[in-house]
Amino acid sequence: MNQAVQEKPAAKRKPKETGVPDNKKYLHPLMAKNYGNWKYHDRPRPGVLHHVAHSGDHIWTVRAGTQRQMDVGTIRLLCDIADKYAEGHVRFTIRSNIEYMVSKEEKVAPLIAELEKHGFPVGGTGNSISMIAHTQGWLHCDIPGTDASGVVKALMDDLIVEFKREEMPNRVHLSTSCCEINCGGQADLAIIVQHTKPPVINHDLVANVCERPTVVARCPVAAIRPAMVNGKPSLEIDETKCMCCGACYPPCPPMQINDPEYSKLAIWVGGKNSNARGKPTFMKMVASGLPNNPPRWPEVSVVVKRILSVYKDDARPWERMADWIDRIGWPRFFEKTELPFTKYLIDDWRGSRSTFNASTHIRF
Amino acid sequence: MAKKMHDTPNLDQLEDGPWPSFVTGLKELAKDKDYVVDLLGQLETSYRTKKGYWKGGTVGVFGYGGGIIPRFTELKDEAGKPVYEDCTEFHTLRVMPPAGMHYDTDTLRQFCDIWEKHGSGLIAFHGQSGDIMFQGATTDNVQKAFDEINEMGFDLGGAGPAVRTSMSCVGAARCEQSCYDEAKAQRSVLNTFLDDIHRPSLPYKFKFKFSGCPNDCMNSVQRADMAVIGTWRDNIRTDEAMAKQWFAKHGMDELVNDVVARCPTKTFQLKQIKNVKTGPSISSVAISDTHAIEIDNHDCVRCMHCINVMTGALAPGKDKGASVLVGGKSTLKIGGLMGTVIIPFMKLETDEDVQKLVDLGQRTIDFFAENALEHERTGEMIERIGLINFLEGVEVEVDPNMVSTPRTNPYVRTDGWDEEVAKINAQKIKKQQAA
Ligand code: HEM
Ligand code: HEM
Ligand code: SF4
Ligand code: SF4
Ligand code: SF4
Ligand code: SF4
Repeated sequence: MNQAVQEKPAAKRKPKETGVPDNKKYLHPLMAKNYGNWKYHDRPRPGVLHHVAHSGDHIWTVRAGTQRQMDVGTIRLLCDIADKYAEGHVRFTIRSNIEYMVSKEEKVAPLIAELEKHGFPVGGTGNSISMIAHTQGWLHCDIPGTDASGVVKALMDDLIVEFKREEMPNRVHLSTSCCEINCGGQADLAIIVQHTKPPVINHDLVANVCERPTVVARCPVAAIRPAMVNGKPSLEIDETKCMCCGACYPPCPPMQINDPEYSKLAIWVGGKNSNARGKPTFMKMVASGLPNNPPRWPEVSVVVKRILSVYKDDARPWERMADWIDRIGWPRFFEKTELPFTKYLIDDWRGSRSTFNASTHIRF
Repeated sequence: MAKKMHDTPNLDQLEDGPWPSFVTGLKELAKDKDYVVDLLGQLETSYRTKKGYWKGGTVGVFGYGGGIIPRFTELKDEAGKPVYEDCTEFHTLRVMPPAGMHYDTDTLRQFCDIWEKHGSGLIAFHGQSGDIMFQGATTDNVQKAFDEINEMGFDLGGAGPAVRTSMSCVGAARCEQSCYDEAKAQRSVLNTFLDDIHRPSLPYKFKFKFSGCPNDCMNSVQRADMAVIGTWRDNIRTDEAMAKQWFAKHGMDELVNDVVARCPTKTFQLKQIKNVKTGPSISSVAISDTHAIEIDNHDCVRCMHCINVMTGALAPGKDKGASVLVGGKSTLKIGGLMGTVIIPFMKLETDEDVQKLVDLGQRTIDFFAENALEHERTGEMIERIGLINFLEGVEVEVDPNMVSTPRTNPYVRTDGWDEEVAKINAQKIKKQQAA
């Protein structure tokens, strides 16, 4: 990643260092006109937002799911729909949903019909399960333990009903990450690779490929030491210390952490970025050891759907996953979701004491 | 017409089901491109063996040190020859979108034409950092594609130990909760650091993110080294007609259980109209002929909940701006960290206001560049050196809004206490004289 600026002949075109483009010229005209002057919004139906400006202007937004990694044919189709049924402007949400803006309510229904005709589900607004924030996976990353787009496709096939409705207690944000680094980020429910065996070192390659001090410094538990192996400089791992995080793998590809059998998937719940009600929260690991089972990861899907359906039935209005668990408590969470609470779920990393129950607040 | 497709029994199963399929999209591209035929071959192999086959390397465009994610195949036969010969390089261009990710269709179509010509034809809208990711080009074509994208007015984003591409929410463009011009702030800040974006030379990545209100739709608090989150200082605004309309539709149970009971500080109260307090920090609005909502805004933490539930009836105040939090990050290396408040409130209305934010960003990046260890994010640096040292480095005064509680242990040398008190008192007097 850290490439030096390449010396090239002077004939090369110099980049125009223009940075972030001005968004004004890309805005729907009504959004440009009422910029910073919106009064309120409502949702006439799932997938549709209706915003009203202080000026009295109205704008309707139709939100639809996409596959995120799109071929040019799909993008052109989405553009055709924008030109024919909307007003030539679109935007994308942080979760890779596409939004079409129109100035007249009559345009909403034909637009929805056209999107659905082409297989783009309309929804993802309000208290729905929105599209899963995801990463690169086998398609494009150099360190992935699993795929990203495929996991998301398989899960969204199962969750699409809830994408198109607004029947969850509050909004539900999901993410997936194909290594423990977690590019996917905090979410109400996240699926993240969890390795269970230390890296397998290819000692023949270490000396050529890896900057050994960098790799040693990368390990969170100082489990890596420089060593001579078969007369060559290499590295060794104290396997009693190693907690299999995979942090050493990006700077040193010969320390292979991914394993078809021992790289598992874990499920985390209760992350929240919004400040609404409680402060933002980190998610907590609640299940692990699920097999990395492409192409559709059915074992993961079963657990995800179970947690979401218990949450849907049990949470009160406006309780995000974290709020709900705050009310019912962790013991009942594990009971209701039928997930085993194993010793691995008790934190032993730094700051772990703050996760222990230092009170007699116990629900029976 | 491209060459014959490889069998892809695993990927084929991802064409089933109702959600749009990226596999179907790739197969469409493979009809014309041997490149994508072989990409599918390698991806199918990953699905079969559960292994990734890309490795990094060094690819860039002339004049820049970052912004391209290089990928070379490692899937080779015994003789060291790539198994899928037509897709041995699959580099990504990270391109910065306009704030809020708005486009007109002409722009998107131009992207498509360029990427069909020079790349795989696969584009991700967007990566988790916010980039438009043009996925899949050979080393030879990276420069050609970049030149054309750059001529359109788009520029590469960050990669490696650099200032990274940023994101801002839809905000002022279409959201009533917006407390500042997110797009202007994002563009002003990011375009100050183009050198740090394009020529990676920081200890590690540095991310800015911009959310217009405490709902933090950009998830900035846990992802950004500097999170700029909109807020307001004065009273929550009310609209009686809409409050009554809300109550007529939702009723007492919902008002009590979903709003009153969920206010984190319990400052949101339901009262008989005759008992409602008045005063400079009170917002109140009738919801029926007998009852009203009363909020003492001094005790409101601007959590957004009541405003989210009763949008239109309640709204953020008029004295708007932002809080700035520093040090959010994901897992590596010491575990996830949330950002910490370093500026409880700053205005972001005028160009001068925005310049103050740019200056704060500059001081923070300078301090980070000088003091962070290699591969250390701001949050880890602050944890190592202490918040006080960081604040002194970026010239920010301490404030009780920066902590959840004061210290809970006595392990600190306090022999400078009297001097600190004298300093605080002197500042108080200065402020009083100025006012
Ligand atoms: C070595 C290989 C790595 C690759 C190929 C990689 C790739 C990516 C990509 C493609 C994205 C999305 C980028 C975008 O939206 O423009 C991303 C995001 C991210 N990466 Fe990585 N990454 C790598 C290493 C790391 C490491 C070492 C960390 C953490 C220390 C990390 C943390 C993240 C995080 C937290 C995000 C989400 C960004 C955000 O939320 O703003 N990645 N990564
Ligand atoms: C139209 C204006 C919008 C309004 C009024 C709005 C409202 C909200 C509300 C009420 C929350 C907090 C939910 C809670 O915890 O109770 C929230 C969070 C969030 N919204 Fe929006 N939203 C808007 C636009 C968007 C858009 C366009 C996106 C992009 C898809 C988005 C993405 C998010 C995200 C990612 C969060 C979550 C933070 C978290 O995980 O806690 N929002 N929004
Ligand atoms: S989560 Fe890990 S494996 Fe997946 S894209 Fe990010 S860095 Fe790569
Ligand atoms: S996997 Fe993690 S804990 Fe194990 S040696 Fe590598 S960096 Fe250290
Ligand atoms: S962060 Fe706030 S202002 Fe921005 S889109 Fe979300 S709700 Fe609106
Ligand atoms: S915004 Fe203020 S008054 Fe409203 S629920 Fe949050 S803390 Fe309470």
